[in-house]
Amino acid sequence: MDTKTFIIAAVIKIALVVFIMLTGVAYTTWLERKVIGRIQNRWGPTRVGPFGLLQPLADGIKFILKEDLLPDYVHKGLFILAPMLALVMSLISIAVIPFGETITIAGHTTALQISGMISSKGAISDINIGLLIILGVTSIGVYGVALAGWSSNSKYSLLGSLRASAQMISYELSLGLSLVGILLLSGSLSLREIVFSQSGHWIVGGHDTHIPHWFIFPQIVGFFIYLLAAYAETNRIPFDMPEAETELVAGYHTEYSSMKFAMFFMAEYVNMFTVACLASLLFFGGWHGPHLAFLPPLGQALLPVLWFALKVFFFIFLYIWIRGTLPRFRYDQLMAFGWKFLLPLAIANIIITSFIVAWRG
Amino acid sequence: MIIHQVLFIVFGFICVAGAVNLLVQRHPINSALSLVVVMASLALIYLLLGAEFVAAIQVIVYAGAIMVLFVFVIMLLNAGAEERTRGSSVALFVGVPGMIVLAGTVGWLLVHSGGQLGGVTISSSSFGETHQIARLLFKDFLLPFEITSVLILIAIMGAVVLGKREN
Amino acid sequence: MVPLSWYLILSAVLFSLGVLGFLLKRNIITIFMSIELMLNAVNLSFVAFANFWNTHLPPGQTSIIPLSGQVFVFFVMVVAAAEAAVGLAIIIAVFRTRETLNVDRVNLLKL
Repeated sequence: MDTKTFIIAAVIKIALVVFIMLTGVAYTTWLERKVIGRIQNRWGPTRVGPFGLLQPLADGIKFILKEDLLPDYVHKGLFILAPMLALVMSLISIAVIPFGETITIAGHTTALQISGMISSKGAISDINIGLLIILGVTSIGVYGVALAGWSSNSKYSLLGSLRASAQMISYELSLGLSLVGILLLSGSLSLREIVFSQSGHWIVGGHDTHIPHWFIFPQIVGFFIYLLAAYAETNRIPFDMPEAETELVAGYHTEYSSMKFAMFFMAEYVNMFTVACLASLLFFGGWHGPHLAFLPPLGQALLPVLWFALKVFFFIFLYIWIRGTLPRFRYDQLMAFGWKFLLPLAIANIIITSFIVAWRG
Repeated sequence: MIIHQVLFIVFGFICVAGAVNLLVQRHPINSALSLVVVMASLALIYLLLGAEFVAAIQVIVYAGAIMVLFVFVIMLLNAGAEERTRGSSVALFVGVPGMIVLAGTVGWLLVHSGGQLGGVTISSSSFGETHQIARLLFKDFLLPFEITSVLILIAIMGAVVLGKREN
Repeated sequence: MVPLSWYLILSAVLFSLGVLGFLLKRNIITIFMSIELMLNAVNLSFVAFANFWNTHLPPGQTSIIPLSGQVFVFFVMVVAAAEAAVGLAIIIAVFRTRETLNVDRVNLLKL
């Protein structure tokens, strides 16, 4: 595939993925309000459109039309930069996530991943260090939170952002360490390679158990640690002390209104998407699923994307379900949990996994 | 390979601009953010040099953890913009020309040895991959690796003790 | 093909800007950041030479492992992290007693 076609394909993929991602974010807010409403024995949005389906549109119009306040004593440059930084960093991590194998349109074959390439021999490759890029972008996302609170020149915002950034950098460690078990089993940092090493079935003692070769089965502890650390990274219940409404007014985004607040909001939901995509890629086999033979060829080409979407939807639903069910941790409980329980558990997981991998050859 | 040179010049320019901004800004938070920009563009230059793992580690550890620590401390201590005191004027008139002379001498020497040093390229062979670095780190450089882990432990203990309030 | 000297010149410029910041600035945190800038400049030299030795090593020479430049960067980063942590803890301790971040005012031990 020559350079010009590659660039055109990449631009189309970027536009499509960003559009789908932002629409997905908008409808995740609808899903959240509906599901939490039902958990709390009430309806959720019902008035705007059938089943309240146009509620995100109404919210979007509200955000655009609201007055965009710039309080007097804020540090203007950082005040405007912080939400943009948060949103841009959360969108960058979508670039390395593979949604499926390849798709062939009008004779051109392209990989279903923004940063994926097909070599002249037809082999798909992607970035060697895809997983590290996602971790790096998560680390830079902490700046959005820290600068937002500091530039707002208000006590509540500063305290909220200090707590939030301390929480995020503490749980980044457990997040990274929980993924080392996956690296030991798959042998590569590239997301496509990790999904590829989850194909087939587990073979125990010479028999083919018909259990898929997903890494959730050996790495159940790693999965548990990853999920908890990711919930803390995305500031969701039970770890959402920094932005809880009943606590520090609204934490680090107290002074933000209209579009800047909407950007923080979108950044949080896009982070949720990234975590859900990573969980399904690393632990649940990505786009592997049963092969349905009765579909037409285009349907069969898009079937992996459907399996991937179903797994991501399951994880988003899990996020919303936990939000409706659990209370939130107090801040000192949260930090103690991250340092004194999750981190030693993640290290123990690495040690045990490496022993088993070395013993099996 | 003209694209390689263009990319290097662009990222190098961003690096130097960020470093100059670090010196020029009065408020430490602006200096900290320009240092983050310098580190990010250095990570991109490492990618040009084929060091993909080092580039990722630069972003994760340096720009994403060490600089967050700096920004934290600046936010916590809430120090304002710095004032001019007497000592710095003298250093300004002697130091800036001195550094320009030093950097200029090194640069002139390097440019005029030009051909003898050769060039670097983005090589197509696998170089700087994670498993190669891991092999070196855990076999040839195992002792320094273990010593650095003890060093980090000592640093953690020192930071905790120094940061404690006395009451 | 980018000549190696360009990378070394960039490293020298960044290093000298770091030394300038170390000598000229009065805010202790900015002085610290100039030290980090110097360490980054040195890292750039290491990585540039790692790439250089990968392609220009005379055959039969075994004393230089080409990739060790990048492993050295790893160690420099670890040392920089440890130093930043302890240094910032010291700065916080000094701030608690002297209430200032200006190095010219922390002069109680002067004669």
